[in-house]
Amino acid sequence: MSLVSLFALAHARSGDKGDTVNIGVIVRQAQLYPFLAAVLTAERVKAHFGEVVGAVERFELPNLHALNFLLHEALDGGGTVSLMTDAQGKTFSTALLRMRVDLPAELQPFIAGDHG
Amino acid sequence: MPRRERIRIAGGQGFWGDLLSAPVDQVRRGPIDYLILDYLAEVTMSILQKQRARDPAQGYARDFVPLMGEILPDCVEHDIRVIANAGGVNIEGCRDQVLGEARSAGLAGRVKVGVVTGDDILDRLPALIAAGHEMRNMDTGRPLAEVLDRVQSANAYFGAPPVVEALDRGARIVITGRCTDPALTYAPMIHEFGWARDDWDRLAAGAVAGHLNECGAQTTGGNSLVEWERIPDLEIVGFPIIDARADGTFVVTRHESSGGRVTRAVVTEQLVYELGDPARYVTPDVVADFRTIRLEDNGPDRVRVSGVRGGPPPDRLKLSISYHDGYKAVGTLVYGWPDPVRKAQEADRIVRARLERLGLRYERIRTEFVGWNSTHGPLAGPPPADLPEVQLRVAVSSHDRNAVERFTREIAPLVLTGPPTVTGYAGGRPRVQEIVAYWPALIDRREIESGLRVEVAAA
Repeated sequence: MSLVSLFALAHARSGDKGDTVNIGVIVRQAQLYPFLAAVLTAERVKAHFGEVVGAVERFELPNLHALNFLLHEALDGGGTVSLMTDAQGKTFSTALLRMRVDLPAELQPFIAGDHG
Repeated sequence: MPRRERIRIAGGQGFWGDLLSAPVDQVRRGPIDYLILDYLAEVTMSILQKQRARDPAQGYARDFVPLMGEILPDCVEHDIRVIANAGGVNIEGCRDQVLGEARSAGLAGRVKVGVVTGDDILDRLPALIAAGHEMRNMDTGRPLAEVLDRVQSANAYFGAPPVVEALDRGARIVITGRCTDPALTYAPMIHEFGWARDDWDRLAAGAVAGHLNECGAQTTGGNSLVEWERIPDLEIVGFPIIDARADGTFVVTRHESSGGRVTRAVVTEQLVYELGDPARYVTPDVVADFRTIRLEDNGPDRVRVSGVRGGPPPDRLKLSISYHDGYKAVGTLVYGWPDPVRKAQEADRIVRARLERLGLRYERIRTEFVGWNSTHGPLAGPPPADLPEVQLRVAVSSHDRNAVERFTREIAPLVLTGPPTVTGYAGGRPRVQEIVAYWPALIDRREIESGLRVEVAAA
């Protein structure tokens, strides 16, 4: 096992729907999807962001090797109501990818080299 | 019977304010059959309502008219049709300007322009509420009646059928109001391929194509995280082109002479963009299941999409309603080395204390330090040692305009009355901005669809 950032395993895009942020997380190599689906639970994502967000929902897209998360009450009201710089939640994608996970040795060959 | 087996539908704008050269490039850099232009974001309608209130000739996406003047001769020569939700809240006004451009370009008698009207229900709201339509906020559950006196715009998201009718009647250009974004792309598929209203799987494929075509270059390498440093020639990024087949499969691509990149990874980033429950991607015409999408490489900068399954749409349509919800302002100053964060934090404390002493109350005050924590918040960790500079950003909101106005006068004084090495105030006082909030709601679709009208006029 070794501790790596999620950024080494996956890329992501985030966007807004009102006060809710969605983050789509996509593994860089298909072989990493079962591991991602196992470790990146809704509870873990909620714990990562803490009080900055409300409830977190998770949806699976095995066909795209992707997970989709909805982070509610995350944008200070969202849209023009929000006082945040990132009122559209565009940078929540990489905020999530900061997370560090324990990667099993057999999956090491599938991660991007310079993102450990 | 399909009119054609294959059509190429190009996306030309991801929002009002997107790259002006993109639709021109789509028409001139290679062959396409349709150009679709999405101009309307959630707050755009309220801006357009205000513009029309000041000047009854306004209220539509003004950029669309000169664009049509520029590309209409190409569109006629190469038989390209244009579908745009540029009409905003003054669809006929927009149409009349476009007809004028067509005549100026010497195309009198050669261009038919179709319009779809009836999605603007601002004037109908009191009657709809009286008839028992509560239009409850989908997030808060509150009935619309509570904010009715502050509503600034109200439009229904409608689907493809009226756009298809305009195309069937020979319109070269179709201008709509709040047509749902993906329908701009799948309406020409229905028109050309003759898909039935309940051909759910093909319509769902069309909805997926529309999702990939409605955000401009986000499908072709713009704002793409995966190997972003190696995406070529973004200065001439090609916007997406949907190469669609009558069987419901399609290829996402871009013009060969353009920049950007279309790969499975980039396309997947756009598929998950602003996605809710992937099993239920709802449009007015079909519900698509994104878990059935299959992506394959199909040559350089070509990704093939197949396998999409769908089902019938809900009985209710979504409404886009905006209402006045107070005022806000954002003040910024830049603090230089050494200890920029400590200085900015002290300035923040001082300005808050001064507002407090003035007895001013704000619903929200938010402080961010740009260069340290304005995007990732607490996840950014402590400020890095020896940070060269940071921007202090303080934002306030209140329903009391005077309180927000006074805040805008409390930023510049910090330059001479607070911590040192401060700059970045030359832009003048912060501006008081009106908060126009969004009220998502649903309504029985029959209330809307019975009111939609299609008209086709010739230049």
